[in-house]
Amino acid sequence: MIKINKSTFIMILYFVFLLLPIYWLLNMSFKTNQEILSTFSLWPSEFTFDNYIVIFSDPSWYGGYINSITYVVLNTIISLAVAIPAAYAFSRYTFMGDKHLFFWLLTNRMAPPAVFALPFFQLYSSVGLFDTHIAVALAHTLFNVPLAVWILEGFMRGVPKEIDETAYIDGYTFFKFFGKIFMPLIASGIGVAAFFCFMFSWVELLLSRTLTSVDAKSIAATMTRTASASGLDWGVLAAAGVLTIIPGALVIYFVRNHIAKGFALGRV
Amino acid sequence: MSLTFENISLTVNGERHIFETNFTFEKATMNVLLGATLSGKTTLMRLMAGLEKPTTGRILWNGEDVTGKRVQDRDIAFIYQQFINYPSLSVYKNIASPLRVMKKSNNEIEEKVKKWADLMKLTPFLERRPLELSGGQQQRCALARALIKEAGLVLMDEPLANLDYKLREELREEIPKIFEQSGAIFVYATTEAEEALLLGGNTATLHEGCITQFGNTSSLYHQPKDTVTASIFSNPPMNFLKFNKTNEKMIFADGTVTAPIKNIPDGDFVAGFRPNHLELNHSNSNAIKFDATLITTEITGSETYLHMDHQDKKWVGLIHGVHELPLGEDISVYLDPGHMFIFDQNGSLVHSANATKGWV
Repeated sequence: MIKINKSTFIMILYFVFLLLPIYWLLNMSFKTNQEILSTFSLWPSEFTFDNYIVIFSDPSWYGGYINSITYVVLNTIISLAVAIPAAYAFSRYTFMGDKHLFFWLLTNRMAPPAVFALPFFQLYSSVGLFDTHIAVALAHTLFNVPLAVWILEGFMRGVPKEIDETAYIDGYTFFKFFGKIFMPLIASGIGVAAFFCFMFSWVELLLSRTLTSVDAKSIAATMTRTASASGLDWGVLAAAGVLTIIPGALVIYFVRNHIAKGFALGRV
Repeated sequence: MSLTFENISLTVNGERHIFETNFTFEKATMNVLLGATLSGKTTLMRLMAGLEKPTTGRILWNGEDVTGKRVQDRDIAFIYQQFINYPSLSVYKNIASPLRVMKKSNNEIEEKVKKWADLMKLTPFLERRPLELSGGQQQRCALARALIKEAGLVLMDEPLANLDYKLREELREEIPKIFEQSGAIFVYATTEAEEALLLGGNTATLHEGCITQFGNTSSLYHQPKDTVTASIFSNPPMNFLKFNKTNEKMIFADGTVTAPIKNIPDGDFVAGFRPNHLELNHSNSNAIKFDATLITTEITGSETYLHMDHQDKKWVGLIHGVHELPLGEDISVYLDPGHMFIFDQNGSLVHSANATKGWV
């Protein structure tokens, strides 16, 4: 008789609950549509890669990934480029209304994206940005810049102001100091902020669907539209789901140490 | 080389941080800023460095107005109380950083970093990061980085305050040596009177944003201009008591003695004396007896601090040896009036204690 430790048992239960939906997705992605719809099986009886082949050969599928990654990367770069100087200003200087401004930035996150869908659609259509990558990237900065400012401000506040002053006394110009001394000190913060920008932009559906139609259609939008078009291609959809998880998982893998540090610093 | 403050003052949000200040630090001098916390030492240094803009006045460096000059363009080095290094760079790169910015050749950088690392006993740690060093080593790294610039003005803001006793002693010996070699103007802020005396040179005593007196350290110690300066430059602070002088007599609340001090007119005065001149025994025939209530004693091993209430004033006595005394009771303490500084009612010095006898 195998004696199972109580805590081991709970851990197993935890992993089962945690991984069951993901396993089910993976399971489905290797099955044929017929098997998915007809029988209940814990693993594929007719193991097939066809679903993945569909995705990698059909431009309307793999194009979705390319579009998504394009605007997500664009968005992350824009958000950080705006948020790093802003966070530095909030952490180092006092100016009129600085606290109000900081709070007001955060309130942008309090409204659901649906609120902004209509004005953005109208605005971007009228300036000719509709269905472009930059449109979605810009729309997402509304949510990502405040979050990135908030995260980075916490990290920057942790760097003593005396380091700035010592650098100036040593003769560094502001930009040299910022690039050579300051940025390496807040590398973890930048990693964490980039991660959150990436994740939000990657999973956000509503704005990316509203602002695109063909050329810049995101993968999430592709998945929902397929569902309504020609019945349901369960297997392909499952394979698309699996592939959508991968970039996020990769990003988490690479920044996991920074994230841990970020949480340890008490912000995020 | 000289640094001059002309009518410098600083007001922040309507609050005066530094009152109108005038002084000149000469070439190759050690200048100590002595004052309690919040007396304005750090602010004054930040003004010297250009990290703070004065509200009024001019700062002259070698006679040239540098008030609005960028920090980067000034010939200064600054050492903070906290150990400030660049955490992401190795000790070597930290020390080398000012020279790198000056675009010195690699050979020169290497040579100088080696020299300063040797002086600061950091040679075995050059490849480490500053945070992997002990506190004393971190501060030595900061010192090396500041001094390698060979700046004309070296500002040290309580550089030893965050170190433990032994390290402090060690570095305190090194600082005058470095100063001797450099020929720069050193400004050293401290809260401790002993440190000022050990460093010598000149001292400026600071109180609530004002320089109360500036001059040669030992003359300041022996002839403080007023009660404020005397209190600052005495650790523990000076004790005070009132008396009246009439006809060659000093009339204290505790008794009357024939005045050993002839050159002051009759009237009301304040006498001040340093804690180490109080005695428990009536060993000197001139000594006056005072009755005080003993509040607490602190025994440091070789010395005993007595905290007493004498009438409405708090007194501190510093007595050699270990003394176990009953707390809360009246005790008699003795003081030779020769050790007294006499101040008038406004607190200005009218007679200093007899320094020639080695009493002060």
